[in-house]
Amino acid sequence: MGGPGSSPCASCKLLRRRCAKDCIFAPYFPPDDPHKFAIVHKVFGASNVSKMLQELLVHQRADAVNSLVFEANARVRDPVYGCVGAISYLQNQVSQLQMQLAVAQAEILCIQMQHEPTLQSHHQVLELDQDDKALLLHNNIDNCNNNNNNNLGYAMSSGQFNSNFASPSSIMQMQMQMQDPLKQESLWT
Amino acid sequence: MNPKRCAACKYLRRRCPKDCIFSPYFPPSDPDKFACIHRIYGAGNVSKMLQQIPVQTRAEAVESLSFEAKCRVEDPVYGCVGIISLLQTEIQKTQTLLARTQAEITVAQAKHSQTQVNEFM
Repeated sequence: MGGPGSSPCASCKLLRRRCAKDCIFAPYFPPDDPHKFAIVHKVFGASNVSKMLQELLVHQRADAVNSLVFEANARVRDPVYGCVGAISYLQNQVSQLQMQLAVAQAEILCIQMQHEPTLQSHHQVLELDQDDKALLLHNNIDNCNNNNNNNLGYAMSSGQFNSNFASPSSIMQMQMQMQDPLKQESLWT
Repeated sequence: MNPKRCAACKYLRRRCPKDCIFSPYFPPSDPDKFACIHRIYGAGNVSKMLQQIPVQTRAEAVESLSFEAKCRVEDPVYGCVGIISLLQTEIQKTQTLLARTQAEITVAQAKHSQTQVNEFM
């Protein structure tokens, strides 16, 4: 914390001003990490960050600062796409994994249907030829794609980013469908 | 005042020059877009950011800034980082499920091979 006799916080040092006892930045921008504030100031501006923090409850501010630092770093690394580049990449990963999962689940179904003994004794033997297997697989993948289209996928497919972008609120609806997000500590490292 | 000012110059209540850096990306028909970006980043910062990147990439940059600004307005604590967190969780879940399913396939195939061997003998 700033005050007489103590070192000014990183923000007040950069802004070359007196670090007040109740400086809003001091708890989150210690003097031993000047880069943290410098990057946030470069992207968002000190007054915008101050306004944002003032609008939050005190216990929310540390996480807010960490997320702003993360976004600022992403924007400096990728001045065109910032964090959106990372979101696009992760969404592609999700899509690919869901496709692989659909393929694996179709394969399990095939194996179960081929080797289920009760089916053979009581029903006509279900001989799955290549076309049947392909259809089963295709249906599984379609179900997977339909689920995908209800979330971030349709807005950010294939790393392309265009103005026909889904609103963050529709993407946030994904939060309701998924389990509660784990705000992982590892994100900040 | 020029009625054809871009949304940025209208918001900032200033003249919109011919070479206004904002005007290609902030048409007057969508005032909220600039308002949101300005609230989070500030016009000065956005102008600097756009000046530092090639002209052909500026439209995409504005769209990504607009998205991140909207995320931050809707989630003032985590912004778009909340979405990244969600996606990472989803990836972990799906990887676990995939590994489990692939293990089931291996077991089922091994079982089938064993059955075939038994029938042969």
